[in-house]
Amino acid sequence: MSTDPFVLEVNGRSHEVTDAHPGESLLRVLRERLGLAGSKNACEEGECGSCTVLVDGQTVCSCLVLASTAAGRQITTIEGVAGDDGLSHVQEAFVDAGAVQCGFCTPGLIVSTGSLLESDPDPSDLAVREAISGNLCRCTGYGRVLEAVHLAATRLGGST
Amino acid sequence: MTHLATSRRTAAPRIGEDAPRPDGVPKVAGTFAFSSDLHHDRMLWGGTLRSPHASARIRSLDISAAVAVTGVHAVLTHEDVPGSPNYGLEHRDQPVLAADVVRYEGEPVAIVAADNPEAVRMAIDAIAVDYEPLEPLVDPDLAERADPIHPDGNLVRRINLVHGDQGVRGEVQVEGIYEVGMQDQAFLGPESGMAVPAEDGGIDLYVATQWLHSDRDQVADCLGLDTARVRLTLSGVGGAFGAREDLSLHVHLCMLALHTRRPVKMVYSREESFHGHVHRHPARMWFRHHADRDGTIVRVESRLVLDGGAYASSSGAVIANATCFAVGPYRVPSAHIDGAVVRTNNPPCGAMRGFGAVQTCFAHEAQMDRLADALEMDPVELRLHNALAPGDELLTGQTITGTAPVAEVIRTCADHPSGASMAVDPMELPGGAGRTADPEHVVRGEAFALGFKNLLFSEGFDDSSEASCRLADGVATITSACAEVGQGFVTLAQQITREVLGVDGVVLLPASTDGIGSAGSTSASRQTWMSGGAIQEACGQVRVQLLDRLAFEHGVDAADLVVADGRVVSMAGGLEVDLAEATAEPIEASVVFRHAPTLPLDGNGQGDAHVSFAFSAHRAIVDVDVELGLVKVVELTTSQDVGRVLNPLQTVGQLEGGAAQGVGLAVMEEVLVQDGRIRNASFTDYLVPTALDMPPVEIAALIEQAEPGAPFGAKGIGEPPSISSTAAVAAAIRDATGLDLPRVPVRPTDIVFPEGAA
Repeated sequence: MSTDPFVLEVNGRSHEVTDAHPGESLLRVLRERLGLAGSKNACEEGECGSCTVLVDGQTVCSCLVLASTAAGRQITTIEGVAGDDGLSHVQEAFVDAGAVQCGFCTPGLIVSTGSLLESDPDPSDLAVREAISGNLCRCTGYGRVLEAVHLAATRLGGST
Repeated sequence: MTHLATSRRTAAPRIGEDAPRPDGVPKVAGTFAFSSDLHHDRMLWGGTLRSPHASARIRSLDISAAVAVTGVHAVLTHEDVPGSPNYGLEHRDQPVLAADVVRYEGEPVAIVAADNPEAVRMAIDAIAVDYEPLEPLVDPDLAERADPIHPDGNLVRRINLVHGDQGVRGEVQVEGIYEVGMQDQAFLGPESGMAVPAEDGGIDLYVATQWLHSDRDQVADCLGLDTARVRLTLSGVGGAFGAREDLSLHVHLCMLALHTRRPVKMVYSREESFHGHVHRHPARMWFRHHADRDGTIVRVESRLVLDGGAYASSSGAVIANATCFAVGPYRVPSAHIDGAVVRTNNPPCGAMRGFGAVQTCFAHEAQMDRLADALEMDPVELRLHNALAPGDELLTGQTITGTAPVAEVIRTCADHPSGASMAVDPMELPGGAGRTADPEHVVRGEAFALGFKNLLFSEGFDDSSEASCRLADGVATITSACAEVGQGFVTLAQQITREVLGVDGVVLLPASTDGIGSAGSTSASRQTWMSGGAIQEACGQVRVQLLDRLAFEHGVDAADLVVADGRVVSMAGGLEVDLAEATAEPIEASVVFRHAPTLPLDGNGQGDAHVSFAFSAHRAIVDVDVELGLVKVVELTTSQDVGRVLNPLQTVGQLEGGAAQGVGLAVMEEVLVQDGRIRNASFTDYLVPTALDMPPVEIAALIEQAEPGAPFGAKGIGEPPSISSTAAVAAAIRDATGLDLPRVPVRPTDIVFPEGAA
């Protein structure tokens, strides 16, 4: 049993989804039907944030969103974060600050960080901790992640 | 001591510099392929039927309805295992698929391959298993007297360590019983992989693991195939921490792929992952410390019981560590440690970061604080007074011949000024974002803990590592089967190669079992030393060949030549050759690297069983809401014995990340097992520290004393941060509350109802 076809707008491109089952999450459709495997699948119940994407500018756990309900909305995944001219400031800062170890949480953290810095360009430590508290990381203990967020904030501030 | 500010940053960083990870860019771009991201156009999906019972007899198993589900290509049971029915790291005691009995909840019973995950689920539901549930053995203290739940018996291993004069008694004695709950590694990347049948009747398995060659040997055994026809390639690993040292879905995937002649992919759900890998052993520990009035420890007695769960995994090595390091890094001339690990119908336990030393550190550090209390002595002074030093004897009778900067680790950590202020924002109080804390009920505590463990494998195990280096056209290509699991070996491999060969271009080939021997396990803090050592030696041999060749060609003395910045120059002047030109004809070398041999423990737990040791200290500051029983870890300060810092950035990352897992065990992480069944197999119910739970980790000092035999003098650094951190946090909660708190994780009820009313 499949749902009626629907169209997802992902990273500025339209994708027709023709063969999804009714219960499929946005995460499943992104990963398995659209070939966008950058969003990760660590808990699939909205606890770990590895699947974080933007839907109409809001961070959501794509594992908790029914794919068909995201039709007509603007979806941004980790694959859409880098521009044509290369990595974003946030992505570069994660590499430079040593915030990446196994890297499984990294795509979700980068999407969450980008969203934070949009609304708060110079966040305090506590604001960063709160903003990323929905993104579990098992490798870093978050120390280098905090460094990366502040480094990205500095560089973004410097570039405007 | 190294200060991070002294580190250099250059285009092609070498040893001691902040090299960025070579896999960093694909990981931040979302293009790095983890084992759950694999795809093949012809692939099927695999799934596993697991036992709902902790202990049961299987009366019958009927797969006919499952086979009939649309889209199903295979339903396989124990009868379909082509080779050895069992696998295991130390003992081949664990069935690939259960035959007549199941011994833990979640034990695999049947496997399915189908066109899509929905058909897999329907087929699993359609398999009819008639179980006769049995009373599970769940109390490890009863295991040795209970009927055996496995043909190998219920005692996996006992080490009765007897050291020194057994008649010694101390003027002051303190005694305690301690308990550590079951911790999960909780790596984020679920067990997953893909098996692809090969033309030659063999199989290619792409999987996330810690030890490709051990997996390969076990898989080949179970498939009844020659190892040459079983090829494993490391797929992107989303964390490991010990949980990927054992097989999980490996044989299942290969069986399904060989049976269907199609590639098969499998990804565990989080719930399945909790059942699909081993956990940290829960421990019950009794200790009695004897000391003289001046604080000199004269004897320690202890009994340790670790719950190994249904199958052996690496339990034998875990109890050896727990026993050998039971008293911590202190001089103890007389000891009797009775360490046992037993089989029960609880979830199987095995490797996790710290590997036996975590459990006993929690206990021995609580004992040290108790002893300090009894002696009315400063707890840090008591530790310094008894601290191990080079030349001292361990409980095993082994003399420490390498570095052991224990006093330096203690002093630098204890003397480091604290930056902790009182909480201002309610979010910083215990209870955090829930904003439940009343500041009037919040008390602060501070405490100190010290720990150590062995590096590399012990007890005579030859955990060698092979690596090869090929220098061609000025670019070095390194081959090693070392599993990169996030720790940053790929970075170090490049740094080491650049350092030895003076090249910028370094290519690290994918880790696989094809064309190279074992690198050993990515565990026991051993890969920097072992595979790093193999790469250092292989590159060193290439360098010698290169210089000999140029010396011969140009009629100069090889000893006069140096390689630097992509050129070979003679120190006397006159010769300067571009490295790319000099290696148009490639140079290769391959090395099997071994550490100094060790010996098995004898019947009294005595012997030179270990290669090297690493030490760490943590000081914790906590705030406790005594009304609600909630804890906020405010600050952690640490010093660690690291040998030499090879990459400052990655070193800090290991110390911070390891401490986070220690904080988790101290205050929130526990696999709750009731009647042998896991009650919280999800990230909703098994709590992992978030960014709001973790305090800043202050690194007071990285003690650099080059360790003999280690490449560049560097010790492994991954495990110590997880050892002393838990003990420090628990002790700080004791300091804040005045409670005994003999168990971790410390639960709210332990604080609010300390008499066990919970």
